[in-house]
Amino acid sequence: MTANQYMFILFALMIIVFSVLTVTTRKILRAATFLLFVLVSTSGLYFMLNYQFLAAIQLSLYAGGIVVLIIFSILLTSHISQKFESPGFKKVIFSALASAAGAILAIVTILDYNFSATTIAAKEVNMNAIGKGFLSVDYDGYVLPFEVISILLLASMIGAIVIAKKGGPAKVQTTTLNKE
Amino acid sequence: MSAGIPVQYFLILATVMFFAGVYGFLTRRNLITILMSVELILNSVNINFLAFNRYLYPHKMEGMFFSIFVIAVAACEAAVAIAIIINIYRRFTTINVEDVNEMKF
Repeated sequence: MTANQYMFILFALMIIVFSVLTVTTRKILRAATFLLFVLVSTSGLYFMLNYQFLAAIQLSLYAGGIVVLIIFSILLTSHISQKFESPGFKKVIFSALASAAGAILAIVTILDYNFSATTIAAKEVNMNAIGKGFLSVDYDGYVLPFEVISILLLASMIGAIVIAKKGGPAKVQTTTLNKE
Repeated sequence: MSAGIPVQYFLILATVMFFAGVYGFLTRRNLITILMSVELILNSVNINFLAFNRYLYPHKMEGMFFSIFVIAVAACEAAVAIAIIINIYRRFTTINVEDVNEMKF
């Protein structure tokens, strides 16, 4: 076994253990922390696959941005020490059966299919190629999805501000307090 | 860097992560933990994209670009979802999906 195989086993074990813990732990802040571990080990896998730019995006945007956003909203909406009541036995059994059946089906299909390895030389993915790919209209260019995603980002930014800003009947509590 | 590791290992890893996310999506009741399960699912799809790109089509960059777009969509989705969750919390003082069943303005 070579060093990169050991690294892969380490990352794979971390991802599997922590993603199962993310969906089964009963404390919400722990779930967010385990999700952070999963995302960081995923970026390790991206480094192993030689996609350094994507690994950096994964670290800064997912592990740095989304997890912090999730932790903020956890702190705003629930008590940290609060434990979830465990979901009903029937629900757990049927959900586990459904996901296990899907996983087994997918794994059997993957092992059954004969992936033919290519002998084509790998293209180096450097910043130059990425920038040209984003803004080019040629065969290897992705300017249309780039523009679509920029519109989506703008729309979701405005949407998030408008939704979160809107006041509503939630002020009932404060007004009754004031009357007292 | 990925020499000696078959592509199937990456795909199996992504499958396990995906169905862990599906399990969480089905069993959780808190809206934020449901959002975390969705993030797991999106992340596992990214691993698949990149493994296919690196192992089967190393002379192209489709998988990497669409992983970037998936990450952007996930960020948008998280931002809007958290805005909605906080608004729901203000209105109902809970984010349990079984208590928030009133589609009323």
